[in-house]
Amino acid sequence: MPTSNSGRSGESRPEVQFDDMEQQRHAGLLGMWVFLLTELLLFGAIFASFAILRVRHGAVFAEAAGHLDLSLAAVNTALLLSSGLTMALAELSAGARLRRATIGWLQATMALGALFLAIKGFEWYSEFRHQLMPVLGLPFHYSSALAAPGEQPVAAVAELFFNLYFIATGLHAVHMLVGLGILAVMLALARRWRRPDRIDRQLRIAGLYWAFIDVVWIFIFTCFYLLRA
Amino acid sequence: MTSVVYSENEDRHATPEDYLSGGWSIRSWLLTVDHKRIAWLYAVSITLFFFFGSAAALLMRLELITPAGDLLSPESYNRLFSLHGIVMVWFFLIPSIPATLGNFLLPMMVGARDMAFPKLNLLSWYVYTLGGIFTIAAVIAGGVDTGWTFYTPYSTLFSNSAVLAAAVGVFIVGFSSILTGLNFVVTTHTMRAPGMTWGRLPLFVWANYATALIMVLATPVLTVTLLLIGLERTLGIGIFDPALGGDPLLFQHLFWFYSHPAVYIMILPAMGVVSEIIACFSRNPIFGYTGMVLSIMAIALFGFIVWGHHMFVSGQSLYAGILFSFFTFLVAVPSAIKTLNWTATLFRGRISFDAPMIYALSFLELFTVGGLTGIFLAALALDVHLHDTYFVTAHFHYIMVGGAVTAYMGGLHFWWPKLTGRMYSRGWATTAALALLIGLNLTFYPQFLLGYAGMPRRYHSYPDDFSILQVLSTLGAGVLALGYLLPLIYLSWSLRRGEKAGPNPWDAQGLEWQTPSPPPVHNFRETPEVNEGPYAYK
Repeated sequence: MPTSNSGRSGESRPEVQFDDMEQQRHAGLLGMWVFLLTELLLFGAIFASFAILRVRHGAVFAEAAGHLDLSLAAVNTALLLSSGLTMALAELSAGARLRRATIGWLQATMALGALFLAIKGFEWYSEFRHQLMPVLGLPFHYSSALAAPGEQPVAAVAELFFNLYFIATGLHAVHMLVGLGILAVMLALARRWRRPDRIDRQLRIAGLYWAFIDVVWIFIFTCFYLLRA
Repeated sequence: MTSVVYSENEDRHATPEDYLSGGWSIRSWLLTVDHKRIAWLYAVSITLFFFFGSAAALLMRLELITPAGDLLSPESYNRLFSLHGIVMVWFFLIPSIPATLGNFLLPMMVGARDMAFPKLNLLSWYVYTLGGIFTIAAVIAGGVDTGWTFYTPYSTLFSNSAVLAAAVGVFIVGFSSILTGLNFVVTTHTMRAPGMTWGRLPLFVWANYATALIMVLATPVLTVTLLLIGLERTLGIGIFDPALGGDPLLFQHLFWFYSHPAVYIMILPAMGVVSEIIACFSRNPIFGYTGMVLSIMAIALFGFIVWGHHMFVSGQSLYAGILFSFFTFLVAVPSAIKTLNWTATLFRGRISFDAPMIYALSFLELFTVGGLTGIFLAALALDVHLHDTYFVTAHFHYIMVGGAVTAYMGGLHFWWPKLTGRMYSRGWATTAALALLIGLNLTFYPQFLLGYAGMPRRYHSYPDDFSILQVLSTLGAGVLALGYLLPLIYLSWSLRRGEKAGPNPWDAQGLEWQTPSPPPVHNFRETPEVNEGPYAYK
């Protein structure tokens, strides 16, 4: 579409449907908030399903949760929360029109995010090695001290727990990848540093998304890792 | 209304030609970001799907002329009603009014040049098309036989039909609703012209705004549910499988958490259309504007807490059933407020019976019958008798076809001169509107009687006693088909041959009528400034 952004003064002109930059900024931010509302319900359905099954199979789920690596997840939580801080600092730097600080904080955010994914990948790999990854026909071996509380064998219900765990963490990881992609684009834009007001505006929108991924992880950490026997 | 001229940006917006004169090349349509052209892309696509889904319905009605199952095998019949449901719900009804009339009119009604996100708007149509391709692929792959509801465990463990392709199609098309909804919400919040306060928004905008909120909040739950169906079917994750401690009923909860609000995605925009038409053709302001707005929002809200009424006989707890029944009765209150306010708007009006008005009055009749029979189904004990019978089929067709489709046709006839700049044959339009009213009642009223007498839905054969009512229903479907085919012909004809309509052929209120027909590329030659409420009819 023929956007008439002129870069001469370093200030942008609004896209054709907007009257001024303030309106465009407001629309962009509101758009992301509405999108996050959608995302909230997307994860909400998974958390609701988990909650129902967690209540139904309390003992088995609690024991199965004990097989997850709490310390790695705790490190990951710290990494992701720190990335929330660096992202906020990147936004503030862009707001103050500080190019080098913006680039630096963006790089820090991306590094923390990538480290999170690497640790998450290692965690999945060790679950695979312990035969706790029941997807794609991989072997699943689960021994339990519990007597079967209901009609299903304990190992079957534990399999359900791990399936839910892989769905929730997998969907979160996909969102992390999208987030890293957005940050990569923002980093490239910050390097070129044309129209800093646009970078400022877009970084605030990206920051909302990044903060949302943080929040979802906190819920995953609580539901899957902390609710253990 | 007074107007102000743009100041420094005028060169960017001054486009003397209308939005259609920009060219007819394929590129000018497929790469357009003009909300008015995107509305046409949607209109053509949903019309194709509508006739596709109607053909499936017609085949079913033909099978049902005779008590014996002689035209179709039971398997084909199952595939036909599944196809009919999937296509009509997700590829016609959900996008129908919002994606066509809403897309075209919402920016104009709030006095904006376009949606807030024109490119997302175009993207939503491409996503819709991609979803449609998967659904057609599912048909070619032999069809799907689960019904449009994809109930587990049949859909995940047993069905040998193309469940996955169909589920992927619906999964994808959900994103197009989300994008449309997102655009509507942001546009309504941020793009209103000077003086266009919330209290001055036309009810059509309010209705589409409420619809957009539902699209944004409910659709992602369907997305996850279909994702889980896909994972269950391919990997056997167990979430809906009792063998692993999962729960098939959980599927129904998640599915209806979307699919009940989806009914309001279909009916709220219809209510918006009817409000505009009734005010215009009775030359009266809408009676009780504030009450109408509150009712719209209340219906959108209540829509989220009534999903369990689809599950009264599926084994959910009695207490849940009682609550869901109570909330369902509550929906009747704002619905009744709206119906009574429309009637009050007619009171002492100077009513004229042009085609849009006939559609709107038909809506009143059909929606009232559909709504009142909904109260039967909300009653716990009565539902045990009526559940899964033709009574349910009749009830929701009165709402969806009688309500949503009739209002869509009414809206199309009302705004056609604005969309195209041309007027259609009024005589033929009146004939088609009457055919729709008669056809609908003849098709679906007998189904209430059938259902009450115990005829279950989704059967391709039935006892001889039901024969007369089934034949009447098929006869009605024929009349109904006429009501849909006629507009296809005379509206297409009017595109080239119809007389020029002028900017405001109905002498209607609203910003969209203050600009030429067809409108200029950026809708208004000058940004309108609003200084009075909607419906300033005298």
